[in-house]
Amino acid sequence: MSVLAYGVVAWLFLYGVVTSRNLIHLVVCLSVAQSATDVLLLEIGYRSGGHAPVFVSLPVHPGPAVDALMQALALTDVVVGATVTALLLALAVQVHKRAGTLDPNELRATRD
Amino acid sequence: MSRRARLAFFAVAAAALAVTLGVGLAGLPSFGSQITAYAAMLNELAPRQRHVTDVVSAITFDYRGIDTLFEEFILLAAVAGISVLLRPLSDEVRELAEDKAPDRAIPPPSPAVWLLAVLLSSLLALTGLETITHGVLTPGGGFQAGVILASALYVIYLGTNYRTVERYQPDALLEASDGVGAFGYVFIGLLGLLAGEVFLSNVVGLGVTGNMIAGGTIALLNLTVGLEVAGGFAILASEFLDQTAVIRTGRR
Repeated sequence: MSVLAYGVVAWLFLYGVVTSRNLIHLVVCLSVAQSATDVLLLEIGYRSGGHAPVFVSLPVHPGPAVDALMQALALTDVVVGATVTALLLALAVQVHKRAGTLDPNELRATRD
Repeated sequence: MSRRARLAFFAVAAAALAVTLGVGLAGLPSFGSQITAYAAMLNELAPRQRHVTDVVSAITFDYRGIDTLFEEFILLAAVAGISVLLRPLSDEVRELAEDKAPDRAIPPPSPAVWLLAVLLSSLLALTGLETITHGVLTPGGGFQAGVILASALYVIYLGTNYRTVERYQPDALLEASDGVGAFGYVFIGLLGLLAGEVFLSNVVGLGVTGNMIAGGTIALLNLTVGLEVAGGFAILASEFLDQTAVIRTGRR
């Protein structure tokens, strides 16, 4: 089952996001879980023996091409993921300045 | 929310998502057996219809160009958000008196590091320009090239003293490149309307397949996106470096 890799990685790291005790660690977990989506997209678009969807005339490609659409979606995902990671890290910097801690459990808004 | 409550909440949500996603994934064709009719059609049509050899570029900047427009604005919004979040706060100053003291000057990097930085950054700039201009031919394009171009600047940061770089770096140019890149995408989209077609239609001459200048608006959009991503990622890096190297908590 090829989507198993995605399932394991995504859920493992989403669990990491929920239980994290450090905001930097949390952002890294989110970033890995999100990268798992790229793997899933490329898996869906793969075709056995397929070549890259680049159609240069020489030399002539043998066999079919893989799904270019999924690669374009993965490209979008990578760019958006990088900017979201940067934005969350900027938030973590300011949280550390204001609250003096990176542990989400120590923050007043999340404490009981 | 306590830890237990959070875990319980996550368990319910994750299980629900797993079931929904599982049903969807179970309906997929088996791994590697076939690609969708839409993708096969695009692979077949894009080189003939848009005169490009890299179908991923054709999809990103033409067939699904409107998605990329929104993606570009996500990038712009994130960069603007980070600039606002990481601005010097009211109790922070950009430089303390002791930062300027001559006996506490940061030692300059060794000549070997400096030489390596110059070599690497020129190679990176060249690779970035190569990637951006060949976006319609080979894998690559504006997004990848923008990041490579910005990393040419990062290497300069590594090879010199950041405080010096910060003083001379063209902030206005980087910000302009970010904004012009984002607006340029909209402008090229409007060309379609001016030509009497729909927004973002490919109305520029398509050129010859296999040439560097081909694909009409695909090559132009590659350039604007490259400009925006390069400016945006350079701003990102300098905002984060400002936090550690320049901005100081002022004395109370």
